[in-house]
Amino acid sequence: MSTLLIITAVVTLFAAVAAMSLRNLVHCALMLAVSFSGVAALYLQLNAEFVAFTEILVYVGAVAILIVMAILLTRSGESPEKSVLTAGWYAGVAVTAMVFTTLGWAILSSSALPQTVAPAPVVSVKNIGDTLMGRYVLPLEIVGLVLTAAMIGAVLIAFKAEPRDKNQKS
Amino acid sequence: MFEQLNRFFAPVDQIFVTTLHWLVGFLPAAWRPVASSMLCIAFILMVFPALFSIVTIFERKGIGRIQNRYGPNRVGIPGTKIRLAGFGQFLPDGLKMLTKEDIVPRAADKLVHFLAPVVLLIPVLLTYAVLPFGRNMALADYDAGLLFFFAVGGAVEVSVFMAGWSSRNKYSLLGAMRAIAQMLSYEIPLILSSVTVVMIVGSLNLTRIVEAQAGHTFGLANWFVFTPWGLLGYLIFFIASLAESNRSPFDLPEAESEIIAGYFTEYSGFKFALFFLGEYLGMFAIIGLGITLFLGGWTAPFACLDFIPSYLWFLTKMLGIVFIFIWIRATLPRLRMDQLMNFAWKFMLPLALLNVLVAGLWHYLAIGPLRWIACATIIIVAYVALGRGLMRHQKLGQRTYRYAD
Amino acid sequence: MNPLTICLLISALLFATGFAGAVTRRHAILVLVGIELMLNAANLNLIAFWRFGPHPEALTGFIFVLFSMALAAAEAAVGLSLVIAIYRHQQTSNLDEVRELKG
Repeated sequence: MSTLLIITAVVTLFAAVAAMSLRNLVHCALMLAVSFSGVAALYLQLNAEFVAFTEILVYVGAVAILIVMAILLTRSGESPEKSVLTAGWYAGVAVTAMVFTTLGWAILSSSALPQTVAPAPVVSVKNIGDTLMGRYVLPLEIVGLVLTAAMIGAVLIAFKAEPRDKNQKS
Repeated sequence: MFEQLNRFFAPVDQIFVTTLHWLVGFLPAAWRPVASSMLCIAFILMVFPALFSIVTIFERKGIGRIQNRYGPNRVGIPGTKIRLAGFGQFLPDGLKMLTKEDIVPRAADKLVHFLAPVVLLIPVLLTYAVLPFGRNMALADYDAGLLFFFAVGGAVEVSVFMAGWSSRNKYSLLGAMRAIAQMLSYEIPLILSSVTVVMIVGSLNLTRIVEAQAGHTFGLANWFVFTPWGLLGYLIFFIASLAESNRSPFDLPEAESEIIAGYFTEYSGFKFALFFLGEYLGMFAIIGLGITLFLGGWTAPFACLDFIPSYLWFLTKMLGIVFIFIWIRATLPRLRMDQLMNFAWKFMLPLALLNVLVAGLWHYLAIGPLRWIACATIIIVAYVALGRGLMRHQKLGQRTYRYAD
Repeated sequence: MNPLTICLLISALLFATGFAGAVTRRHAILVLVGIELMLNAANLNLIAFWRFGPHPEALTGFIFVLFSMALAAAEAAVGLSLVIAIYRHQQTSNLDEVRELKG
């Protein structure tokens, strides 16, 4: 049990709770970026360096910026006057409590978890490359196709509609 | 004869490493890794801000001379009458920034406004950890060092947005949006051009990439910039690093004649100094990466000059590229936002993708004149075709030149 | 309490936070923020099991997480462009008011 792990976890969870509960959306997005960095720090402590760098590159550098741009494009930059919670939010909180209780009970009472800590695995980028192009080459190519489709789809969905489309509405 | 020179100067080459080991040797063994890292970090924090102050003087005097005027030429050592041709200007400038009143707009988001310069400086300083400044002189020799550099460099965009949005100023927000769009667009050619180097070397480790460029053929170094794909790759990297550091001709987000000062309009005093420092440090870091990837890092261009210490070569190359940055800033006019984005997506991205193909072709063809001719032909044809193809609808007038007399 | 249990509890807490936010907040973008937090919690779970489980040299959990991150980024992009399209159509991004199928 290392203190650095606990401190990083506390910072990450605090940022995540703040990301979900603040009134101002831009503050939520910035706290989300902080929680992503916290998760990257947790990956670094679990000896998964490549995944930590990828997390910062993909999530902090791209997804957080995307969320911020979407907030500005939908004019949600100002704080809302009405309530920020949806109708029926108590049901949501109740379900969350049930989910967390189930997960926590399963983790703490499981006998399938290994009790000994193995030494840290040495992962070189060459191993990752060999595995990706050897055993997992099919998922790699499919992910390439999915990313291309997502990129084209996102551009098409967010394109401004032509005026003639509005006349053809039934 | 050169081997004797190299052996004579080898201790000078490793002088920083030996000093570090000697200093750290005084401490008990448990404290040594931490102390070693702290000393390296302190060294980086002393050298690069000092380089920043010298480069600001060079920039102002250089731009002044290119514009047919003197730059700062009065301040030497403050308090004395020694003029030093203006090279002491950074001292009063720094004092001025420190003592100016710190004005925060009333409607500004105070915490985010305060944290934006800090969030800019932290990733920029982190990127210096993986650059190899000399033989055995990289602070953190990660296996995935190049990925670390790009990941942490991409975190700068969050700070730009924080600065622009928290000022509650339309100019700031507009400047921040433009800066983020520009940085995102030019990150892709930047990363694609470095993918070609990774392909040829087979590793993301920056020290291995420098060592792969260490030999000499016919007296000239094996730098990647002396190959067709390396030259195109370095040109793409160079232009993209101009755009990533918001330098002219890509400085629309912070242009004084267009948008006042862009996303740091509402910053004064020390926070402005921090932004300025962060921007220049980011410029040095990405120039350093370009030198590592394409220009051979700390290796010498000719085999006979190998005795000069490796860190001096790195510094010389960095100062040379900084001089070219200053030269371009003084010479070229600013690009408009749509011209900038067109250039990135329609010209640099296809060329960078083609460069990956050409690098692969280079690797698989036999060594000899055939691969030079084939790769160079493909690159030149693509460059001319893309250039002419994209410009065919522009109706440009006759080019005229006017010189100041 | 070995490190694996601690990491799993952290990821369960992160998941519960994301889930709570995704089902209780009114704004469409915050639901996507909650989904990203849930995906991060699942990735953390996978890396914890990769590190402390059997055969870490097979890199299975590692590669799973790399693909999961790529797909999460793609899903965030498409989801946010959907939110922008809905805003353009209904002039609101409040999920309580986007209730009609009529276009």
